[in-house]
Amino acid sequence: MDLNYTEEERAFQSEVRQFLADYLPKNIAAAVRAHDGLTKEMMDEWHAILNKKGWLATVWPKDFGGPGWSPVQKHIFEEECCRANAPRIVPFGVNMLGPVLQKFGTKEQQDTVLPRILSGEDWWCQGYSEPGAGSDLASLKTRAVREGDDYVINGQKTWTTLGQHANKIFCLVRTSTEGKPQEGISFLLVDLDTPGIEMRPIRLIEGGHEVNEVFFTDVRVPSKNLVGEENKGWTIAKYLLSHERTGIAGVGFSMQALEEVKAIAATIKRGAKRLIDEPLFAARLAKVEIDLEAMKITNLRMLFRAQEQGAPGPETSILKIKGSVINQELQDLARRALGPLAAPFPGHVSEGNLLFGPPDTAFNAARYFNNRKTSIFGGSNEIQRNILTKTVLEL
Amino acid sequence: MDFNLTEDRRMLSDTLGRYLNDQYSLEHRNSVAYDTPFYDPAKWQELAELGVFAALAHEEAGGFGGAGGDISIVFEAMGKTLVCEPVLALLMASRLLSAAGKDQSSLLDGSTKYGVALSEPDAPYDLTDIAASADASHKLTGRKSAVYGAHVADRILVAARREGQLNLYEVAATDVEIISYGMIDGGGAGEVLLENTHAELILENACAAVQDATDAGVVALCSEAVGAMEIAYDMTVDYLKQRKQFGRTIGSFQALQHRAVDMLTEIEQARSLTIKAAAELGGAEASRYASMAKNMIGRAGRQIAEEAIQMHGGIAMTWEYGVSHYAKRIIMIDHQLGDTDYHLARIMADLNTA
Repeated sequence: MDLNYTEEERAFQSEVRQFLADYLPKNIAAAVRAHDGLTKEMMDEWHAILNKKGWLATVWPKDFGGPGWSPVQKHIFEEECCRANAPRIVPFGVNMLGPVLQKFGTKEQQDTVLPRILSGEDWWCQGYSEPGAGSDLASLKTRAVREGDDYVINGQKTWTTLGQHANKIFCLVRTSTEGKPQEGISFLLVDLDTPGIEMRPIRLIEGGHEVNEVFFTDVRVPSKNLVGEENKGWTIAKYLLSHERTGIAGVGFSMQALEEVKAIAATIKRGAKRLIDEPLFAARLAKVEIDLEAMKITNLRMLFRAQEQGAPGPETSILKIKGSVINQELQDLARRALGPLAAPFPGHVSEGNLLFGPPDTAFNAARYFNNRKTSIFGGSNEIQRNILTKTVLEL
Repeated sequence: MDFNLTEDRRMLSDTLGRYLNDQYSLEHRNSVAYDTPFYDPAKWQELAELGVFAALAHEEAGGFGGAGGDISIVFEAMGKTLVCEPVLALLMASRLLSAAGKDQSSLLDGSTKYGVALSEPDAPYDLTDIAASADASHKLTGRKSAVYGAHVADRILVAARREGQLNLYEVAATDVEIISYGMIDGGGAGEVLLENTHAELILENACAAVQDATDAGVVALCSEAVGAMEIAYDMTVDYLKQRKQFGRTIGSFQALQHRAVDMLTEIEQARSLTIKAAAELGGAEASRYASMAKNMIGRAGRQIAEEAIQMHGGIAMTWEYGVSHYAKRIIMIDHQLGDTDYHLARIMADLNTA
């Protein structure tokens, strides 16, 4: 056993570091570090830089233009991107729809959709959850009825992340009410310009706008936009949810958050002492560091297994549960460290970031509240426990 | 032994509860809590007329209450409806003006508003860390942070040192620079910048008075948290009974049932220590029990807020659904007048002397 990266992997790490040093725009990294001001234009710019380098679609096979990286290389890349404060790429087109079309799409769908994902011409968003179908996704009710060469869609989707920037949406829709709920679902590609679609913002707990509701009223979509077979959409949905699980633990983000909290705690004073010298706060911080150190290795062990076996197993639910909890604990500390100065509403102190505390901390409380989502979305931690109960414990 | 409320307090509780339920809906609260001036001046005046402010002050000060139990009733009711009016500043100012022997009739009738300037960027919680200074002619210099009530204050009470001794000063809000802001959980506060600011010395050697005002403030915050936690819990249990997934109410899943029961247990424990801290307020052990209560509120609050969100799922992440505002307030109470670690350290320090 050897816990170190191989010589090739270390060389790769250096190459990634150099690339980020050379090509990640400083203003974009600053916005990521401050957790404030990352615009659509910046996200597009970073998308284009990665695409030019050929490092955008890291999860695509070589045949479709991916870089052909191993799971460990992908992990190294993600870790270095977090360390450098690179923005997370918008996953819906590149990491989600891309692999789905490569496995289930027609040649025509692959040829028309995939290049536009890479070029950034299309910004895809996701139409999965509904008000009545969250954890129980298979109970979704948005209907698509076949009329001639079209499907006609009626219903409502919700939690559509960054839909305000998107021009396309992929949806799970109900095409049959016969049999088990999972058996009547289809996967459709929809142009957001189609008449009958209305997108409304959802304001989040901390005041931000990142998710939306999407309403469909008699929306006509050509039947060639069906991916895979009619009523077989559940298989695709499951594939999509389980396909890309490297990075699910968010180790890189937590490592970055840990460094941030350490820096804050070394800056903040409590009387003559630094916060980091207060035993109770230091104990909290040390405990998370221990948890994160374990998580790094757990993550690598599961990556290694995925690399050996070709696919990640259900144990990756452990990464989702523990990874989200560690991240949330770090957000808790980042908020806690500021004491009374965590309270100002970020919008009211945007210029006061310098005035009110250590740099780049104005959003700490907002981030803490916003990050409660990480144990809810993408299959809540309760659902992850159900998966482990069934598949690993076989109870 | 009798845990029942006295007749007077039950009437106060009923009157205030009815008024807030009728007049201070969450929708109304949210429409004022997040925009300047971060409270509702009309409601502020109505609360004064209802006698709510007078209930927070002793008879000698012109009020008709001022005991821990009175404070608790008022703040628990306000916690249930997330009242964002600057009443905490009023309570603490009332305690300080009493100690200084100053008239406070215009405070209690709501016409003059006070800010209470204790904490500083490097002295967030511990009074012994306060560094703002006063010179021989009572000119103040320093920076006061997260000053409750500063955003609306006419007068500001400032704790500052003169030759190492903590004194209490009063300044006109117009004589200082105040940077006002709203808070992430609603309501407002401000930074107060003092630079050779002319002040009136109103109490020398003010440590005990400032500690008493802080203890009263802690009882108030703990009571507010108990009220807010109770509503967050009620909303969660209601949701468990209503929300259906997998063809059944999610409240039928034992994994969620037990966690809801744990919420109930923690709230009961937090309520108990809050009652105890209220009963001890003004006595020799007031600070000790205030610290115990605030430590427990910090722990219970985080559990209740996070579990309320988690068990609701995505809906609790939205601004529109009320539980998110309760969760924010419950969590941010831990950032006022000492967090759970600060108060734990105080109890730890007592272990040696026991």
